[in-house]
Amino acid sequence: MATISTHALTRSFGPVTAVSDLTVELPTGVVGLVGANGAGKSTLIKMLLGLLPPTSGTATILGFDCLTEGFAIRERVGYMPESDCLPLDVSATEFLVHMARMSGLPTNAARERAADTLRHVGLYEERYRPIGTYSTGMKQRVKLAQALVHDPQLVFLDEPTNGLDPAGRDEMLGLIARVSQDFGISVVVTSHLLGELERISDHIVVIDGGVLRRSTSTADATQVSGTLLVEVTDRADEVIARVRDHGAAVQPGRTPGTFAIDLAAADAAQWVVSAVAELEVGLVRLQRKRHQLAEIFADDASSASPTIPTPTAPATPTEEPA
Amino acid sequence: MSTADRAAPHGVIHDIGFRHYTGQRLGRRWARRSLLIETLRGAYGLGRPAKSRIMAWLLLGLYVAPALIVVTVAITTKADHLALSYTNYSVALSLLTTLFVAGRAPYAVSRDLRDGVIPLYLSRPLSRLDYVAAKFIGLWLAVTLFLAAPITVLLIGSLLAKMRIGDAVTGWLGGMLMVAILAAVLTGIGLALASFTKRRGLGVAAIVTSLVMAMGISPLVTSVVNTQVSVEAGTYGALIDPYRLVDGLAAGWLGVDPSDAMMAPVNGAGTTVFTLAMLAVVGACLAVLTARFKKVGRV
Repeated sequence: MATISTHALTRSFGPVTAVSDLTVELPTGVVGLVGANGAGKSTLIKMLLGLLPPTSGTATILGFDCLTEGFAIRERVGYMPESDCLPLDVSATEFLVHMARMSGLPTNAARERAADTLRHVGLYEERYRPIGTYSTGMKQRVKLAQALVHDPQLVFLDEPTNGLDPAGRDEMLGLIARVSQDFGISVVVTSHLLGELERISDHIVVIDGGVLRRSTSTADATQVSGTLLVEVTDRADEVIARVRDHGAAVQPGRTPGTFAIDLAAADAAQWVVSAVAELEVGLVRLQRKRHQLAEIFADDASSASPTIPTPTAPATPTEEPA
Repeated sequence: MSTADRAAPHGVIHDIGFRHYTGQRLGRRWARRSLLIETLRGAYGLGRPAKSRIMAWLLLGLYVAPALIVVTVAITTKADHLALSYTNYSVALSLLTTLFVAGRAPYAVSRDLRDGVIPLYLSRPLSRLDYVAAKFIGLWLAVTLFLAAPITVLLIGSLLAKMRIGDAVTGWLGGMLMVAILAAVLTGIGLALASFTKRRGLGVAAIVTSLVMAMGISPLVTSVVNTQVSVEAGTYGALIDPYRLVDGLAAGWLGVDPSDAMMAPVNGAGTTVFTLAMLAVVGACLAVLTARFKKVGRV
């Protein structure tokens, strides 16, 4: 079932078209929304929240029309902005109770859910301290908690890992995966780091210059390819030579000791193993290569670039590969 | 005892998993009300760290103290009227009210602007107008309570001093009406000025400066116009200062004594001008506030 479906959705600001003729269906689960700055992500989110009327086209979200039923949508949807949005002089508990009430929850339910939600995002004793004393990671958790406190059916998370260190990033991604799997809340998450989206998303939507470039399930985009990646400790040239003797096509890798074999030769793995054994070198890696999301951009950049009307953005996502 | 009970040591908090909410969702009106109450509570620092409470309550204490003195004197001397009337009290002690409004109005809006909280409100069942209305009414209630406190003390005191009950209650009701109007004017000015800056200090300074200057300039204008033009024209100097404007309105509407007879309407036309001026100030401030919040806090 689609949580969000748009039809020919367009929004212009004067001469600038931020979102252009967007027709897309987003399924339940975690959907990654990819696009460079100015690609139209936030305009799209604003329209879906019912805060910005589209110039033309329609969108339904959880079965509600975003043009006329904004209040109903915003009761059932959570939003975590990218920007700083927390009052610094109140405690997380106090803030969450207030935000739950602002979403329409009665006071007692708001208290209960504020405590529950903070526990779920991993804030314990510190929740009674003013938010101003929190670390970036803790603030980010509070931001996530306020989007979840009213038990929405869907949350929009705008760059939730921004500003986090690698450990904090991992924890945040783990939390987002839990929101979808354990809490049963659909997630639309934006990020400019493809590796992150690859890890947690079930579905990827790429927009660029307000135009839909690709909407695909992550499984399709990252399926196993027909290439075998090999890394040996030493004497790679000799291993390659032996494998080539069997008639396999071998592509030396960029780092020393690595190479890729085209799996048209079905026994390639066997050949590598015997070559390594005979030469008495260590085998570090023998792995079927998976496609990566970055390839979407590489493909598009090579095939579609000349036809893209706005040259402002196309290269940006590929600059930050997984 | 089941196996689960034995396996878990005492004092362990069990992760009972995520629970969905199936209860009522009260929607937009409730959200608006909640924001209003939060604003009102915030004005007095309730639910906030202790240090944000000090200023508001100190000012309230200082503001009520003279009323206690007036009342004590009235009771001990068995006076038949109060030394300070229900409507003149706000003018006599306007500086304290100015400080209260200057502290509280930025607290109501510039925090939201500075910390970027507004997108969180707008992504909930609440419109921009709802936000402005909740903030305005919340602070208006807070200022009204502040202004009403000493006036109510005066009422209780005059009853204790066995003054005529009818007069006391009528006077108090008139005072409450004027206090509510004064609060609306002050809240409008305070919020309109505060909404232009994210920095609370700047907002405080702007409000104190403009209200204190208005308070100083207004009698000067009156005395100059009074001598140069006419006494009637001179009374309109009161329109510059919110406190004198409302005091003049009280005189025009209720027939009570103004703080300064030179600064109160002398006839029906004067009262109309005062009334229109009051409505214009409140209307203009609300318009500014609405326009301002159309722009800020875009999601």
